[in-house]
Amino acid sequence: MVIDIHDLAFRWHEGAPSVLTIEAMQVTAGEYLFIKGASGSGKSTLLSLLAGVTTAGTGSVRVMGQALERLGSVQRDHFRADHIGYIFQMFNLIPYLSVVDNVMLPCRFSARRRDKALARGKDLETEARRLLRHLDMDHPELHGRSVTTLSVGQQQRVAAARALMGSPELLIADEPTSSLDADRRESFIRLLFSECREVGATLIFVSHDASLEHLFDRTIDLAAVNRSGQDMAAV
Amino acid sequence: MATFSLAWKSLLNRRFTAMLTVVSIALSVTLLVGVERLRTEARTSFANTLSGTDLIVGARSGPVQLLLYTVFRIGDATNNISWKSYQEIAAHPKVAWSVPISLGDSHRGFRVLGTTTAYFDRYRYARDRQLVIAQGQRFADLYDAVIGAEVAEKLGYKIGDPIVVAHGASDVSFARHDDKPFRVVGILTRTGTPVDRTVHVSLEAIEAIHVDWQSGAPIPGVSISAEQTRAMDLTPKVITAALFGLKSKVATFQVQRFINEYPQEALSAILPGVALSQLWDLIGIAENALLIVSAFVVVVGLFGMLTTLLTSLNERRREMAILRSVGARPGHVFALIMGEAGFLTLFGVLLGLALLYLLLLAGQPIIESRFGIFITIDGLSPYEWILLVAVVGAGFLVGGIPSYRAYKLSLADGLSVRV
Ligand SMILES: Nc1ncnc2c1ncn2[C@@H]1O[C@H](COP(=O)(O)OP(=O)(O)OP(=O)(O)O)[C@@H](O)[C@H]1O
Ligand SMILES: [Mg+2]
Repeated sequence: MVIDIHDLAFRWHEGAPSVLTIEAMQVTAGEYLFIKGASGSGKSTLLSLLAGVTTAGTGSVRVMGQALERLGSVQRDHFRADHIGYIFQMFNLIPYLSVVDNVMLPCRFSARRRDKALARGKDLETEARRLLRHLDMDHPELHGRSVTTLSVGQQQRVAAARALMGSPELLIADEPTSSLDADRRESFIRLLFSECREVGATLIFVSHDASLEHLFDRTIDLAAVNRSGQDMAAV
Repeated sequence: MATFSLAWKSLLNRRFTAMLTVVSIALSVTLLVGVERLRTEARTSFANTLSGTDLIVGARSGPVQLLLYTVFRIGDATNNISWKSYQEIAAHPKVAWSVPISLGDSHRGFRVLGTTTAYFDRYRYARDRQLVIAQGQRFADLYDAVIGAEVAEKLGYKIGDPIVVAHGASDVSFARHDDKPFRVVGILTRTGTPVDRTVHVSLEAIEAIHVDWQSGAPIPGVSISAEQTRAMDLTPKVITAALFGLKSKVATFQVQRFINEYPQEALSAILPGVALSQLWDLIGIAENALLIVSAFVVVVGLFGMLTTLLTSLNERRREMAILRSVGARPGHVFALIMGEAGFLTLFGVLLGLALLYLLLLAGQPIIESRFGIFITIDGLSPYEWILLVAVVGAGFLVGGIPSYRAYKLSLADGLSVRV
């Protein structure tokens, strides 16, 4: 079990309304999971909990057997660096780093991912270029370029390469395709699948765009599992 | 380590604003250390206005007053010393050499000083530098004059030009010694000391121009021509003051006591170095004010950095979230901004020092020839090191503000980015 959530209740602040109340949710290793939900339903909040940036008020969030709420904040940051690749909706890249430096970024913060990357390629840069090539971003011309001049689709592929660098067990993508057009959306997702398959990673993909649902192994509708959402809807 | 290379790259990316910040810090550092350097150089140069002389002797008065009229030619002596007393002191077994000085006359605002040629051998300034005659020679004839560099420059005098000496410090026509004109025979190089503003003549010449004078005015009906005086005995009866060199410094206080307790006449002997630093303390308040002002300029420079870093934070919240997503801790974010502040301050200090030494190298000959202050270009003094460490420390302290804010922001934002 890669993810195992039990009796989770989460609110952002003391006194704020509860955003997430999830009795149980499980994701098995190697699964490609699609999480859908309306805007403001708490999708990003759930991902923050999975990434260990925030912790459950009550209940438990286990990622790869580790109860995140039992870890200190520094340990959670380490845990994220070691095991999780994260892709944002857009503007994923550090503007002052080159394409390759952006891809190598996780290795600066995680020795584990650095070692894994080095096990695959002769050095970090070779491995970064290999990933970029897989994601169809291997034009030498692209590597030296300022990342801010890349197209949105190109930026997302660099972000995917970065998330995959050092083969983390869990890939989290928060609406990574919402700024892409329909054709590119599907090809981007298929690229993610093939990369995840190669390293055996689990993919959690969040979107409010239900048209992508059919590509995935399984779909979770947040509105269905989140009792906070139901309460809100009831109001 | 990883964070510092990030900080470096981030600064490179914003190299224009970073450069501006570095330059503003650099300029303030140049000013701060430059003021400190000039301050100490001016002080040593001042304390060495007269070096090599162990004692200055004059009629009894306070040390600063004696110093003012003998060395700086400011004010007048209350009394004279008799030639006899001078000779007796000069004959003291511990005395190595002596130079008599006679003041009182002037030439177009510049003081005239009667002395012996020993003056040119014994007078030392700025750490043992000797007077050098740039053009011409020392006085040999009775009516020869050797003028300081500023006198020559201001009045446009050349070798051979005539000079008329006026009685007293003010130059009024009825009190001129115009019957006994002098001739410029030598021009001294610039020293940055009052010597530059002095007309030097022999003691005998001072005596000669006053033979037909009494109580500050010509004796009515008596007129002795310049040529007639040559035949007369021109040994002075009184002098204003005298410089003494001793055979050993150890004897300084012994000889000083001997002079201060001299029975025939009320005399004062002062140590020029001590009196000079007393005088500097009196007029040196401005130097501290200057240093404080330049310290504030550094603070202003650092606040420039604070503003730049703080204003950049908002547009960098996304960058912070990305870093957090790849595993950076809020502490890393703190270190990133701190690293940038550190680099900016460090490069500011280094550039400032480079600029200072460049200015010193370029300015050294100019300052020496214009002000006679010889600036030694050597490494940083311990005090300058303290100043620089203080600047770097202040830089980190100031950098702590945006760093802490970035830390708080990244803690609150987590992975969500609000732009
Ligand atoms: N850092 C935060 N601090 C406080 N409240 C937050 C924070 N992030 C989100 N929220 C609140 O939590 C709720 C859920 O927001 P969340 O971002 O998880 O929704 P979402 O499903 O991802 O929406 P969208 O599809 O628009 O991205 C919202 O009411 C939001 O205002
Ligand atoms: Mg969201």
